[in-house]
Amino acid sequence: MNQPVLDVRGVSRRFPGVLALDDVSLTVAPGEVHALVGENGAGKSTLIKILTGVYRPDAGEVHYRGEPVAFGRPLDAQAAGISTIYQEVNLVPLMSVARNLFLGREPRTRLGLIDVARMNREAAEQLARYGIEVDVRLPLRSLGLGAQQMVALARAVAVDARVVIMDEPTSSLEPREVDTLFRVVRELSGRGIAIVYVSHRLDELYQLCDRVTVLRDGRRVHTGELAQLDRLSLISLMLGRDAAEVRRDGLTGFSAHDAGDVEPILRVRDLSRAHQLHGISFDVRPGEVTGLGGLLGSGRSETAKAVVGALGADGEVTMAGRRLTRRSPAAAIRAGMAMLPEDRKAEGIVPGLSVRENIVLAAMPTLSRFGVVSRARQDRIVDTFMKRLRIKAASPEQKVSELSGGNQQKVLLARWLCLHPRLLLLDEPTRGIDVGAKAEVQALIDELAADGLAVVLISSDLEELVEGADRIVVLRAGAVVGELAGDDVTEDNIMTALAQEPAHD
Amino acid sequence: MTEATVKTYAPPDRVRLACLLQDYGVYAAVALLVLFNVAFTDNFLQAATLRTQLVQVAPVVIAALGMAMVIGSEGVDLSVGSVMALSAAVLPLYIGYGFWPAAVLALVVGGLVGVVNGTLVSVVGLQPIVATLALLVGGRGLALVFADGQLKGIKDTTLLELGTGELLGVPYTVLIAGCLAVVIGFVVQRTTYGRQLVAVGGNRAASHLAGLPVKRVLIGTYVLCGVLAALAGVLATARLGASDPSAIGNLMELSAITAVVVGGTPLTGGSIRVLGTVAGALLMQLVRATLINHDLPDSAAQMIQAAIILVAVYIARERRTR
Repeated sequence: MNQPVLDVRGVSRRFPGVLALDDVSLTVAPGEVHALVGENGAGKSTLIKILTGVYRPDAGEVHYRGEPVAFGRPLDAQAAGISTIYQEVNLVPLMSVARNLFLGREPRTRLGLIDVARMNREAAEQLARYGIEVDVRLPLRSLGLGAQQMVALARAVAVDARVVIMDEPTSSLEPREVDTLFRVVRELSGRGIAIVYVSHRLDELYQLCDRVTVLRDGRRVHTGELAQLDRLSLISLMLGRDAAEVRRDGLTGFSAHDAGDVEPILRVRDLSRAHQLHGISFDVRPGEVTGLGGLLGSGRSETAKAVVGALGADGEVTMAGRRLTRRSPAAAIRAGMAMLPEDRKAEGIVPGLSVRENIVLAAMPTLSRFGVVSRARQDRIVDTFMKRLRIKAASPEQKVSELSGGNQQKVLLARWLCLHPRLLLLDEPTRGIDVGAKAEVQALIDELAADGLAVVLISSDLEELVEGADRIVVLRAGAVVGELAGDDVTEDNIMTALAQEPAHD
Repeated sequence: MTEATVKTYAPPDRVRLACLLQDYGVYAAVALLVLFNVAFTDNFLQAATLRTQLVQVAPVVIAALGMAMVIGSEGVDLSVGSVMALSAAVLPLYIGYGFWPAAVLALVVGGLVGVVNGTLVSVVGLQPIVATLALLVGGRGLALVFADGQLKGIKDTTLLELGTGELLGVPYTVLIAGCLAVVIGFVVQRTTYGRQLVAVGGNRAASHLAGLPVKRVLIGTYVLCGVLAALAGVLATARLGASDPSAIGNLMELSAITAVVVGGTPLTGGSIRVLGTVAGALLMQLVRATLINHDLPDSAAQMIQAAIILVAVYIARERRTR
């Protein structure tokens, strides 16, 4: 291999409480397309931010074109020739395509004014080379997302980039746009530009990338030729599970439930949403924990949100025999569903309110008379659930933002349980909470299912999923690719289902 | 990224001081000013002086109460001054049918403006500052059209009585403002709507997922703010004894926002301080009165008001930086 254009040597970066990157190295040669993969929290975004000058490493060095570099800010990295394409295009939507392409380096006339004619002409020529035929005088936002991405790419290359970092570039693109993007990527690679390609879509990685670096929990766990690594091995590297010897005895407090042939309480049929969900169907039975498995970006959270009407989607959702027509979170709650969202901070707690008010938030109308809240009734419920879930707070009046993550999560569980739902959807219920609270939450899930509640469990933690779920619906790229039940629920089988070659493309 | 767990902790003294200042600073400031005036201003404690102060501040308090609720919903309503003008313009048009029909109609107009604001914010999804800016500009224009651009004298005795009369020595306007503060305080603290409003302001996504009627709550809040502003317009007209849509409620939106912010309600939403808002309005009124009583020009009063606002905002900011 020739001299690497980018050489990251033993970089570490610590954040309060977390070692986000631990002695990570990465080399990328000119013309190479290098895949960077890992699950949430693996350290991909931290690494990208170090490469682009957003963060500085605490230890280690970044060598670029043979010289050690330390970019103070993103602009320096860009000027040096490291460009980044993010999943959301960060250009100026209201300016014309040509202006975006030439932003900051517009051709000038002799009077020092912008030479608009020349700028438009050159912009059209450049874009045509990538197969984009658009009127470059139109504002950028009038283009499709794919075309916008291509403009961003053309801009990155035009500013003389040697390295282009692409972070999930295809997540909002149509298949046709993806094809164009790939063509451009290959052309760039042919011209000797190095590409660091971040994506969760394995198919794309295998189509496009030469080598791969896998990160997990802030450490590099593998670097090598992608072609020599089969899908199953790649997934087991990402998830940290040895495909050959899956542990049988778990560490979690789950036990199996036998729902047998009970009539399903939730029937989901053909749930679809552009780019995200493609005809998802599954059933959930009372007294059973149904797991939704899949890698990041497989559509697990989107499925849960679509079921409760928080995300618009086509398809049928039937709850307890009644088909839900006008879908909204409020209607879902009335039908007996409750969903614990994945992002506790953004979608869960109301930080300024007390523990008590956070617990009764959804149940408030039923706890009041003539629109006036009844403190006595609230206090009874809050007291019951704080004891039952062992929520540790100074008092019910303590602000919820002052609690630990695990206790905040229990507050949210209490918010849903006090509605007495018949179906509970839990999206990553144990993420970011301490070990003790985690075991308590897992035991609670078990207990609830034993009491006859239908539970849908989403978890990136394979062990938790396998131990917790009685049945697992495996999702990949927004579609159901398998369903496991009984003794088939093993980490091995999930990974095998995830690794299957797509049947058709 | 792994989320850092938030542990219960004892806040450093600086932050605790900022909390105390934000929670109680406005009351302390009002108390200090009152003491200062008792000591150094002639005739301050006389009934006539106090009454003038309270009568002047009453419309600001009423408009600020509505503003506090809107700000608590993570919004802002720039149209309150124009709504006052609209309500003042509508009054003389229908006063022929008697005081009550005219007054109710004025309040309905305020409510309609609220429906438009609330719909623009919650259904269309405009930013509150932009949505209500439209009616800040358009509302006053419309008021001038209604009034033919003229000042109109009021002859209706009920309306005039409302502006000048009193009960047990307390002017009606002050009484109304006081009662409304109590009512709004109750609504915010104890009703389902009030608590849902605070939750929506604190975290809209979470409130939506928890099945709260987010749109209804938001529209209701802007309607309430509009009705309160219209009432302030009726009272201001009654006191003046004339409908003057070109002057009534000028810059009222800024006075109301000032009262709310100085009263310790954060502009980031999720918390509403009703008593603080009343105290905030009183504080600004007292500052002005004090300076004028001591022969400082109005321009000096404005600069001191600006300084108070900066201090209030700084304290709120200090509290957030954890």
